[in-house]
Amino acid sequence: MLRFIVRRLLQAIPTLLILSVLVFAWLRSLPGGPAGALLGDKATPEKIEALNKVLGLDQPLYLQYFKFLGRVLTGDFGNSLISGESVLTEIGRALPATIELSITALFFAVALGIPLGYLAASNKGRFLDNFTVIGTLVGVAVPVFFLGILLKIVFAQNLGWFAPSSRQSADIDATRVTGFATLDGLLTGEFDATLDALWHLVLPAVALATIPLAIIVRITRASVLDVLNEDFVRTANAKGLTGQVVRRRHVLRNALLPVSTTIGLQTGLLLGGAVLTEKVFVWGGIGSLLAQGIERRDYPRLQALILLGAAVYVLVNLLVDISYALIDPRVRA
Amino acid sequence: MMATLLNRKKKVDDLAETAGTSLAADAFRRMSRSPVAIVGAVLVAAFVLLAIFAPFLAPKDPFVRYPELVENLRAGFVPGPQPGFLLGSDELGRDFFSRLLVASQQSLVVGVGATIVGLVIGMTIGVAAGAFGGWVDTALMRFTDILLSVPSLLLAISIAALFSRGSQTTVIIAVAIVSVPIFARLLRGAMLAQRHSDHVLAATALGVKRSTIVFRHMLPNSLGPVIVQATLTLATSIIDAAALSFLGLGDPDPNRAEWGLMLSKSQTYFDVKPELAFYPAAAIIVVALGFTLLGESLRESLDPKNRR
Repeated sequence: MLRFIVRRLLQAIPTLLILSVLVFAWLRSLPGGPAGALLGDKATPEKIEALNKVLGLDQPLYLQYFKFLGRVLTGDFGNSLISGESVLTEIGRALPATIELSITALFFAVALGIPLGYLAASNKGRFLDNFTVIGTLVGVAVPVFFLGILLKIVFAQNLGWFAPSSRQSADIDATRVTGFATLDGLLTGEFDATLDALWHLVLPAVALATIPLAIIVRITRASVLDVLNEDFVRTANAKGLTGQVVRRRHVLRNALLPVSTTIGLQTGLLLGGAVLTEKVFVWGGIGSLLAQGIERRDYPRLQALILLGAAVYVLVNLLVDISYALIDPRVRA
Repeated sequence: MMATLLNRKKKVDDLAETAGTSLAADAFRRMSRSPVAIVGAVLVAAFVLLAIFAPFLAPKDPFVRYPELVENLRAGFVPGPQPGFLLGSDELGRDFFSRLLVASQQSLVVGVGATIVGLVIGMTIGVAAGAFGGWVDTALMRFTDILLSVPSLLLAISIAALFSRGSQTTVIIAVAIVSVPIFARLLRGAMLAQRHSDHVLAATALGVKRSTIVFRHMLPNSLGPVIVQATLTLATSIIDAAALSFLGLGDPDPNRAEWGLMLSKSQTYFDVKPELAFYPAAAIIVVALGFTLLGESLRESLDPKNRR
């Protein structure tokens, strides 16, 4: 098992290294190069040349790359062009908001998706199944940002059930401990702050959850159908086990293996979806940083977000692989 | 006695008939009976026809600011439906309905363009990897791994941000790159699976040239999953393109009629006219759903497991 983990860890390193080369190349192929990007509208050929000297961009490319790599490894991504702050500080401040949103969305998707997929599979061909399958197809076709807008109009503006935007009401004076709005309230005993944060969290989390939900339902359904046809299920039924025991111990357990891999793959979707959802709900997390960075072409910020986003994605999938190997010994080979 | 004999004869004939049809013909036969496939095909056909004939169908010029609409424009208010203007005005006093129709062209061009670009690059990589194997395969697959290691929307954003000014072409390129690794891996997998199959072995034994084996024997037999994926990619491309223009990475030209842009522009008027957001979104959903339904039923009917 340890060998498997070490091997997978070693495999992730070249991926991340090549990725850093690509991001380095990306920065160099921006309009006007990095200096042009830094100067923005004020760029003139003379200014660009002067800044190139300062930034060391007149040195050979391989030297520049190693310097870039050195800075990335020490967490120095430069300063944001918008705020002038260190990009890493900005990201650190915005991260809890995005994690809170993504985890809630993932929770919705898993908690609803697995039972729904299972129900659809055990009613294959009947109304419930057809309805669920069509629902998943529609769910994937709806643009996340439109769903967010729709939820906002119906449940926030018209019905007033949930908050239309932001993470917390302005009149709530919450003490910040961890940066997770729901958790902070519990830690400091300010329960009204937690309730308020939850009231804000529901709509964006639902919007973000739809596509992962549709995918989890489909994978669970397909996987349960596969397992139901297996010999060991027939054997279990034949030796007289009750339906409930067969379903829980034999069907669900084996069917959930492929589902767990899919959940890991959802992190990528969640990251992309968060950009759109956060823009709709003015959420103020990583997605908002990215959306604002795009509008103003803040390249240092974009570069850091792309590199970190990919790194997180690679690491999460690595963790999923490892946990998969822990559950299913056949994978370790 | 005679009846059972006839019955048997019919059974044998039926068997012979299915055995004699190609997978494609068989798939088509099954699709023409599936309601999902028919709904998908109708939606897609309607969309393509609409996109082609939109300029003739549009009741008004989608690019003209009509004075009778412009004079009623106020901050936070756009004129609603009135005679001659079915859905009222957009934020600049143009006919919303005509723009909605004409925008279908934009989605068709971006969706088809991005899918074709993605297909061509992805298939080139996939064929090279599947045909050569060895270090070519390893190197190319490492490359696709890297592309897959960036979350798809993030990848599209980073490609689109490379251009100082967004345009239709930059959107197509950005959306296409996302699908490249998927096509490449699918095709490679399907081709590798055939390397040791009997028909390739037979062709090799007969002394058929390697390029002929790759392009005449292996490639055509590997296209099934790629075609399915391409149909599904049409749907995701249209949605991704809308997302890019929602984020401000699309073509900034205010004249261009585009569903994603119409959707993001309408956000300003939510309180007064939520339907301005609803129409373009519904258009995107219906088109994406059409391609998805078609792709899914194609996948099911091409699956040999469903063959009788």
